[in-house]
Formats: sequence, structure tokens, C-alpha cells
Amino acid sequence: MQQNSFDSFLQSIGLGTLSLHGYGPLILEGTLTTLKLAGFALIVAVILGLLGASAKLSRLAPLRFIAQSYTTLIRGVPDLVLMLLIFYSLQNWLGALTDYMGWDYIDIDPMAAGIATLGFIYGAYFTETFRGAILAVPRGQGEAALAYGLSRWQTFTLITFPQMMRFALPGIGNNWQVLLKATALVSIIGLADLVRASQEAGKGTFKLFYFLIVAGVIYLLITAVTNAILGALERRYHVGVREAKR
Amino acid sequence: MIELLQQYWKPLLWTDGYHITGLAMTLWLLVASVVIGFLVSVPLSVARVSERRWLRWPIGFYTYVFRGTPLYLQLLICYTGIYSLGFVRDQPLLGSFFRDGLNCTILAFALNTCAYTTEIFAGAIRNTPHGEVEAAKAYGLDGWRLYVHVILPSALRRSLPFYSNEVIMMLHSTTLAFTATVPDLLKIARDANTATFLTFQAFGLAALMYLAVSFILIGLFRLAERRWLAFLGPTH
Repeated sequence: MQQNSFDSFLQSIGLGTLSLHGYGPLILEGTLTTLKLAGFALIVAVILGLLGASAKLSRLAPLRFIAQSYTTLIRGVPDLVLMLLIFYSLQNWLGALTDYMGWDYIDIDPMAAGIATLGFIYGAYFTETFRGAILAVPRGQGEAALAYGLSRWQTFTLITFPQMMRFALPGIGNNWQVLLKATALVSIIGLADLVRASQEAGKGTFKLFYFLIVAGVIYLLITAVTNAILGALERRYHVGVREAKR
Repeated sequence: MIELLQQYWKPLLWTDGYHITGLAMTLWLLVASVVIGFLVSVPLSVARVSERRWLRWPIGFYTYVFRGTPLYLQLLICYTGIYSLGFVRDQPLLGSFFRDGLNCTILAFALNTCAYTTEIFAGAIRNTPHGEVEAAKAYGLDGWRLYVHVILPSALRRSLPFYSNEVIMMLHSTTLAFTATVPDLLKIARDANTATFLTFQAFGLAALMYLAVSFILIGLFRLAERRWLAFLGPTH
């Protein structure tokens, strides 16, 4: 309904060619799916990244080895291959399991699978980002906190993490952009994201080129908005840092 | 697993008997797009750092758009989007170009990697130590000679570490080619999966092959860095 009034508004100001031909709601839904997928995958990836970074900096050799193989393997194999591998294999194994146990067939929800897979893949990239950032915080900060009697958890949340974020944010911004663009791949495993929605709208109206461009503009808008948010965060975590004038 | 290998080792590596497929196709996609991207990005990066706005801004816009949208979308636009336009289909030359999946794939990949490479090179040109430029000017070099003999050799060397990342990313991006019916490594793995239902083995094998190629590329770039970047390293 709302979309139709938007279309007639465009027509009334002489921009009828920009109308979405009633496919506005579909495109909007696809955009929301993309955002939801990217947002949740980001959360999973950040958690995995923090775990991976602490494992890489751990004193225990097995933990370091696991984290090292995780980042090497994931970053050496294309995301799309990993996505197909994880998605279809999980589906097969779950099918075999349900057969074996005599349960009903369980279909994996593509959204959950997409979030898990993307989170797992980008966790490896975040591991490297956070590892670098943790190393950039002067060692004395953590030692001083421990000397003041803070627990290890308090040291991390109150001392290391806030200082680490300043070094991690540029890397987080880059990873986020790559992650956002990688969500386009999930339309290949059958999720109705922004790319899929624009393809459907394009096929329905015989204006495929136009709707694909619309999708591209929406991706650019999302990036612009998140860049602004990241800029604000960077200023926040920069508070109290003195810089020499050049 | 053995059956899968027996049946598919040949298409996975280079041919299904009719076309170039599998690894050979993946490498061809990579080489073609990276070479085209490199050749175009060198002049573009020089223009990107130009003092003239009308030269700098359009290229900035191009890299912004191509780095800000998914490659999959760009490939869709090249392969299905452009061909859906009436005037392209009616024009014989354009029509036959855009009907072919391989052409569209290489075009989309080259445009994409060119955008990233342009920014990498432009960044390196901007960071050229001012002493190098001043020394070159003192020796009487200016205009294109300054670029060809001093700035570009220096900037291209310093971009090697970032450029190697871009090439690896591009190798990973070639997996999208199957969506435009190009029989690359992943397409063969998918075919093997559909025919044998050995999902984990088929995709796992492809993953290992991509991993091996990534490692070889990383090794080659390490050699290249040792050859051309040794002067920047710490003195051991």
C-alpha cells in the first residue's frame, strides 16, 4: 500500500521511471534479510574472533595450533566453497542422523545456516584483526591492572578491550564491508536476500538491469550509513589519545 | 571417494573432453582478469592521484561503486542485466559478446579487480617518499618520464604485499563463475556432487585444491617480495 503511494508520488513529480513497479515491499524485505544476516553473522564472527585471538595469544600450544589451523584453512579456501561444503554436508549429515534415529526429516533453515557459515568464515578474519589489536595495547597496561588486583576478566573488559578497540576498528570496518558483500552469496544457497529479491522483481517486470542497479545502490547506501557509525565509534574510542601535530 | 576421483580427475584438472574445465579454467579466469585489471589500473591509478579534479573524481566514483557492491551483483549485471536490455541484444557485436558467459565473467572480474588494484596503486603512489620525487626532478625527469622511471617502479614494488592479497581474493572470487555457466573448478565439484551425492568429498576436494593454489600463490608472492622488496626489509 505504502509503496503504491510512493510510486504515485514519483509519478506526480515526473520521476515515474524510478518507480519500483509494486516490487518495493519485496526489495525492502530482501534488504532486511541481508541486514539481519550480516548483523547476526557479524556478532558470531566477533565472538569467534575474540576467542580465536585469545587462543592464538594463549600460553597453551594446542590452543594456538587449533586457532592457527582455523585461520589458515578458512582464509585459504574461497567463502563460496566453504559455504556449499558446510551447508550441503550439514544437511546430508543431519539427514543421515534423522534416518538412523528414525526421526522426522529436519530441513536446515537457510537463514540459520547462512549466519553460522558466514560467522564461522569471518571469525577467522576477525581473529587476525583482534590479535593485531591486542598486541598493539602496551603490555604494561594489563600488568598494571593485574597488579592493582583486578581479575583477568576485569582486566580484559575494563582495560584491554577499550584500548584494543581503537586499533581494531579500522580492521572491523573492512571486515564488515567484506562480510556485507559476502551475504550476496547466500542467495545461491536459496535465501531470499536483496540480490534474490531484485532478480525476482527484474524478471517480473522485464527490467532486470534496472532492478540490479537498484540493489547496487542499496548496498552502497548501507555501506555509507555503517561508515558513518564506524566513524562515530572511532571518535569515541579515540577519546584521550594525544596526537602530535604534523 | 576413489570412484569420484576416477571419474572426475580429468574434468577437475583441465578438460571434460570438449571444453577447458576445472582448475585450468579457474586459473585462466584468474590470469585473464588479473592481467587486464593490472594493465588498466596502472594508468587509472596515476589519474586517481592527479591534481585535476575532473580526472580524479570519475575514477574515485568508479572504484567506490565497484568496491562497495558485491561482485556477485556485478556479475549478474554483466551476464543477465546487460543482455536483458533490448538495444544490446539487437546490436550483433554487443549481443554476441554478452550472450557468452565466459566473456561476461572475465569482464566483471576484470572491472572488479581493476577497481581494487587502482586504489592499492594510487595509495602507494601517494606514499612515495618525497625525496625520491625531488631527486628525480633534480635529475631533470618530469611528466611521464618521472612516472615511468621513478614513481611507478617504486610504487608498484611497495604495493606488492597488498597486491598479493588482492590476487588471492580474486582467486577466491573466481568461484562465482559457475553462476554464469562457466565450467570452473567449483562447477565440476557441484556436478560431481549432483552425480555421486558424495557432498563432503566433492566440495572438500575442491576446497583442498583451492587451498593448494592459494598456498602456491602466497609462496610465489613471497619470492617476488624477496626479489623486489628486499631493500625495504629490516636489516638482519
